[in-house]
Amino acid sequence: MSNPVYETFDHEADIGVRGIGPTKSSAFEQAALAMTSVIVEPEEVAPRFSIRIECEAPDDELLLVDWLNRLVYEMATRHALFGRFAVELSNHHLTAIAEGESVDRERHQPTVEVKGATYNELAVRQIGSGLWLAQCVVDV
Amino acid sequence: MEKSLLRKVSDHEWHIRPHGAMRVPGVILATEKLIGEMDHKVYEQVVNVASLPGIVRGSYAMPDAHWGYGFPIGGVAAFDPAEGGVISAGGVGYDVSCGVRTLLTGLDASEIEPIRRELADLLFKRIPAGVGSTGRIRLSEPEMDAMLAGGASWAVGRGYGSPEDLARIEERGRMEGADPEQVSAQARKRQRDEMGTLGSGNHYLELQRVTSVVLPEVAAAFGIGVGDLLISIHCGSRGLGHQIATEFVRQMAIEASRHAIRLPDRELACAPINSDLGRSYLGAMRAAINCALANRQILTHLTREAFAEILPQANLRLLYDVSHNTCKVEDHVVDGTRRRLYIHRKGATRAFGPGHPDLPAEFRTIGQPVLIGGTMGTASYILVGTKDGEELSFSSSCHGAGRNMSRKQAIHQWKGREVVDYLDARGITVRSPSMRGVAEEAPGAYKDVSEVVEAADRAGISRIVARVEPMIVVKG
Repeated sequence: MSNPVYETFDHEADIGVRGIGPTKSSAFEQAALAMTSVIVEPEEVAPRFSIRIECEAPDDELLLVDWLNRLVYEMATRHALFGRFAVELSNHHLTAIAEGESVDRERHQPTVEVKGATYNELAVRQIGSGLWLAQCVVDV
Repeated sequence: MEKSLLRKVSDHEWHIRPHGAMRVPGVILATEKLIGEMDHKVYEQVVNVASLPGIVRGSYAMPDAHWGYGFPIGGVAAFDPAEGGVISAGGVGYDVSCGVRTLLTGLDASEIEPIRRELADLLFKRIPAGVGSTGRIRLSEPEMDAMLAGGASWAVGRGYGSPEDLARIEERGRMEGADPEQVSAQARKRQRDEMGTLGSGNHYLELQRVTSVVLPEVAAAFGIGVGDLLISIHCGSRGLGHQIATEFVRQMAIEASRHAIRLPDRELACAPINSDLGRSYLGAMRAAINCALANRQILTHLTREAFAEILPQANLRLLYDVSHNTCKVEDHVVDGTRRRLYIHRKGATRAFGPGHPDLPAEFRTIGQPVLIGGTMGTASYILVGTKDGEELSFSSSCHGAGRNMSRKQAIHQWKGREVVDYLDARGITVRSPSMRGVAEEAPGAYKDVSEVVEAADRAGISRIVARVEPMIVVKG
């Protein structure tokens, strides 16, 4: 089975985030890492504390946007960055643990603030070889 | 964009014939060259907006239009509530009321040359910029409500600026009809320590030198001349606006089918203006406009404080303050009939022409200053609204350069430090907390703003008054 991966993709004004993994929840975890990578390299973020996130949506795609937007909210209100994610999904219900630390402007040199995850280029689907893809554009 | 899909009306106006679900034509105001450079997604988005209920006259794209969310960035559309018209949270955008304000300084740009780096350092210290930066103001819940209802007018009441500033802000500094009750606890929490912060990305504070004047009479009325030092601040409604957009785009996307609205793209999420959700969004969005106006007012105050320390002879007065991402209720004449319409401008600037009653008295015979931001290495422009713009674009114009290279491409192409050094050698001092952020915003990653404003000028939606070039840039 392939290893999960994350990447960003081009959008004219902003940037797309994409997670690919052997399960849907793994793809959600990778999408979150991709979003962190827009701000800072995820490996630069130390797991100093963890938070629990729960959300629910009418379908998988809205759930992905909700998940990423909850992280945007937690980053903004806690002045934190997150670099490790563990997601569990069942019936459009998400439970997750995000691990991270407070923003250290000197050390992290955060590039840009993510304003919100959008429905642009939004997709959650199987892409063959047993892999799942979860992606959308984030507004920066 | 494929030109064969368009009908050429003039060198600067191209139409998309209504087809499929389109209720009105698409109208693209741009040169052949700019249209050639536009992504095909702009075409699709103009077509999609044209299919929304209650749209009036056309689905417009300004010369700097590019691929946005639902609406193109640089998109303008008017909706009539009496015809089932909608309001779209996606059509306003994530950074509600993001905009530009320009200050006159009463100084000649040459006066800051000897202290350019010192002044840049001071401004960088005083203006909270970048990810994780916080302002010094903490609002209690009643104060938050007062800010959301009062905008820049609230800020002036709290000592951030003077009452004279308000006349030089759209809506006189206070958006009527804001409903703070519609602003969620989450949106308020995101704003808790973000009042008076610049943000990141393409937001900036710039000191600029006026390098040329095209319309001397208008420039004189605006109080600007060649060699003058100006200050421009580009930022928006910060976390509060972002959270409001996030929440309402979601709710509108989920509820669209209940209102029998077919969304060709979820990001076009909208609700009838005459619906509970539509009214709720309108109240929250107006509160976010006030948040943006208050934020730019506080940043102006911080700038004045910094100048008072180092250049006490400066007199920082507002030229004007414009917002880019809004939906505003305006009267427009359509086919000879005056109608009250909900004008969405997504990455577009309102550009009232001479005679408009909403303009401050001193600009009423001239037209509104239209402030167009460029990149940190090139130029910005000051334009003026036209009478023709009313008919051509519901009194709207472009808002900036627009990117021609993605952020990802930009960071592969440039290193932030190299960009800073290159600009420094050309007399532009850049201060930013993030070198990668500077690389993403490198001047080469943007289109040539000159072409955009020239197209706006030739299309008749606004006229070029003056060109300014950056001297000091504080980047978020």
